[in-house]
Amino acid sequence: MPEHIMEKKIYYAVFGALMVLLAATVLIAYIHLGKLNFIAAVSIAVVKAVLIILYFMHVRYSSRLLWIFVGAGFFWLGILFALSFSDYLTRGWLPLPTGWE
Amino acid sequence: MPDHSTALAHQFDDLEQQHESVSLGMWIFLATEIMFFGGMFLGYSVYRGIYPAAYGEASRHLDVVLGAVNTGVLLSSSLTMALAVQAAQLGGRRTLVLFLIATIALGSVFLGIKGLEYYHKYEEQLIPGSNFHFDGPNAGHAQLFFSFYFVMTGMHALHMIVGIGVMVVLILLTLKGRFSAGYHFPVEISGLYWHFVDIVWVFLFPLLYLVDRS
Amino acid sequence: MSSETIRLYREHYLNCSYGVRSWLLTKDHKRIALLFLISITLFFFLGGAFAVLIRLELLTPQGDLVESETYNKLFTMHGIIMIFFFLIPSIPTVLGNFLLPMMIGARDLAFPRLNLLSWYIFSLGGLFTLGAVISGGVDTGWTFYTPYSSTYANTHVIATAVGIFITGFSSILTGLNFIVTTHKMRAPGLTWFRLPLFVWSNYATALIMVLGTPVIAITLLLVGIERGFHVGIFDPKLGGDPLLFQHLFWFYSHPAVYIMILPGMGVISELVTCFSRKRIFGYEFVAFASLAIAVLGFLVWGHHMFVSGQSPYAGMIFSFLSFLVAIPSAVKVFNWTATLYKGSISFDAPMLYALGFIGLFTVGGLTGLFLATLAVDVHVTDTYFVVAHFHYIMVGGMVMAYLGGIHFWWPKISGKLYPETWARFAALVVFVGFNLTFFPQFILGYLGMPRRYHAYPPEFQVLNVMSTAGASILAVGYLLPMAYLVWSMRYGKAATDNPWDATGLEWQTPSPPPTENFADTPVVTWEAYDYGAKEDKEKEPQVA
Repeated sequence: MPEHIMEKKIYYAVFGALMVLLAATVLIAYIHLGKLNFIAAVSIAVVKAVLIILYFMHVRYSSRLLWIFVGAGFFWLGILFALSFSDYLTRGWLPLPTGWE
Repeated sequence: MPDHSTALAHQFDDLEQQHESVSLGMWIFLATEIMFFGGMFLGYSVYRGIYPAAYGEASRHLDVVLGAVNTGVLLSSSLTMALAVQAAQLGGRRTLVLFLIATIALGSVFLGIKGLEYYHKYEEQLIPGSNFHFDGPNAGHAQLFFSFYFVMTGMHALHMIVGIGVMVVLILLTLKGRFSAGYHFPVEISGLYWHFVDIVWVFLFPLLYLVDRS
Repeated sequence: MSSETIRLYREHYLNCSYGVRSWLLTKDHKRIALLFLISITLFFFLGGAFAVLIRLELLTPQGDLVESETYNKLFTMHGIIMIFFFLIPSIPTVLGNFLLPMMIGARDLAFPRLNLLSWYIFSLGGLFTLGAVISGGVDTGWTFYTPYSSTYANTHVIATAVGIFITGFSSILTGLNFIVTTHKMRAPGLTWFRLPLFVWSNYATALIMVLGTPVIAITLLLVGIERGFHVGIFDPKLGGDPLLFQHLFWFYSHPAVYIMILPGMGVISELVTCFSRKRIFGYEFVAFASLAIAVLGFLVWGHHMFVSGQSPYAGMIFSFLSFLVAIPSAVKVFNWTATLYKGSISFDAPMLYALGFIGLFTVGGLTGLFLATLAVDVHVTDTYFVVAHFHYIMVGGMVMAYLGGIHFWWPKISGKLYPETWARFAALVVFVGFNLTFFPQFILGYLGMPRRYHAYPPEFQVLNVMSTAGASILAVGYLLPMAYLVWSMRYGKAATDNPWDATGLEWQTPSPPPTENFADTPVVTWEAYDYGAKEDKEKEPQVA
């Protein structure tokens, strides 16, 4: 697979975007948005991670095999979270019969 | 000029196969790191879900300014690392060494600030253990927060130290003339490792420092 | 006769260099496989020794051979050693390391030095754990449940946890190596669907190793940190949740059982085809079933936690998913059976092990469905029913597959033939001993005998005595191959390149193979398990 050498300015542009997103994360944290604070913080982090992965780590220009393995890592983390939280989020649903407490 | 025939390992047929194999190998290793840190993230998330108030309270004891500065420092080191890899791709030895040194310097700044933060926590008696002291009814849950804070940032710092060690080795190898435009795979995969460690911090910062700042 | 003279002077991977250094610093995957063989055999007999003590104690209803605390240590050490230091590494590090490069026509794995590092890491972790055993052992059960393990136990938890943590990296490196090798180093013409199913199985296993092991690594690390620094991670006094540990622990430890069985299934595919002289029935189904088991295996861990306090809704989800994961395993059993149908079957020792596997694995797998059923599990969980279930799969399945594989490839590995009559006898002894040991345990469990107890109600004694009797027969069955395989290294008949007349690139090399495996890289133009074609014509590997 021929090597793809990116132009320097893409690196600088991505870096600029990352710094802007950093500032945004901090500023948004001080605005009261309730539940949205958490979603905003994680979303911005995800965007930063995607930028780093695609451009700094060259995944944008890599083979499909590599994409699959990159995706697999995050997907598996998703499995860990999803099924663990299927327990934690549903614990309160079932009232225990009396006498078991 | 470096001898490419010695760069090719005997089990591979050509440098392209070696390059692809080495890249795939590093990404698989990074997938294991995702799962490794992921376990800690799960623990953190579970307790945050159960004890949101305590987490908010505890998080406010962390220094947002230092954390944000550190994030900026680490992102900058990712930039210098990416530029170092590019220098390697182009065969520029001097540029490569300079950017590696810059990366090490920025990484060291990060570790220095982290050490300062840890020292502050020590002074405030917020290091979990027998000396832990937290005012209010949520002390136990706050201790859980700080356990995860120290374990996660500590594990992250450990990875950074290893990364800096790798950079030093890369500088030595570059000075010995081992790399060229045709063979620079170790620089590339070390870059992947460094960026990954950066990504972990990108998640750690908001999750630890910005829990309930409003 | 002249060919024998030439054979005496032929250089191969065993005699190409001598001396301890040439073995301890080797990069040859075949030598590394033998290093692993020695290590895991030692651990197997150590784990077996603990089993002997357990079964001796259980001869009588009273806890009279050892104290309760000691008994807790016995079953803990038995489990830890057998799982982490025998079953998980066994086939991948011995047969996988030896055969994978040869089966794909490569000179070595992708990363030979990482391979050697894997063995050193394994040995280091093993030494840590041995140290813990010698200095008094652990009594938490191999499952290390908190808060007992993290706060209240008085045994060497940290040392053992560190040992397993270190060994985990050995697993990760092996998995990484296998994945990259399979993707990048197949010979020309060797497409994925021409690969032996042993390769597919080890590939699927490698995926689990790589994605699952890090989670137990961090989990044990957290337990160690909590114990060592009293920081509070699982401590209920601080609000810690014991189930958090269990979720993290079983996220790896359930897929771990698929790490243990998948390579065995790969061996069975090789044995069943060779000794039926037939292509595998439904190649693609078996190949995809391996991947399906690897993926689905990650979705079912909560079935170990049905009675733990886990949400019943999560329990229902996990129960449903656990039923799903049985399907690909069943597909494999059907396909092996269909391969046997109208095959030209011979009952050499490897085949005896393979047939034993198919039957015993099926029993073990079906009883897994009992356990996956939420309501039934409430009755039989933490009883001997569970113990019987997993021993049917691990011992009746995996260990038999391992022995079958060792026997099948022994001529290739050692250049010698083992004594066939003794081997068949040993296989039968293993089969009889195994069933006598473990079938009574299904009954015991259903009747209510709890696991991990060394005292039990007197009415259970007869079944326990049967089980111990079986264990003594099983022990003989395991010692016999140790004896005659070692004997064959010196006194066995010299093996030809392909004594079984099997398909597969590994059989197209001399026995034992040269260090670089193939003088010239083969070019593959034929399908896997080409047994029909072999009977028809002489087939020459085309040379690049």
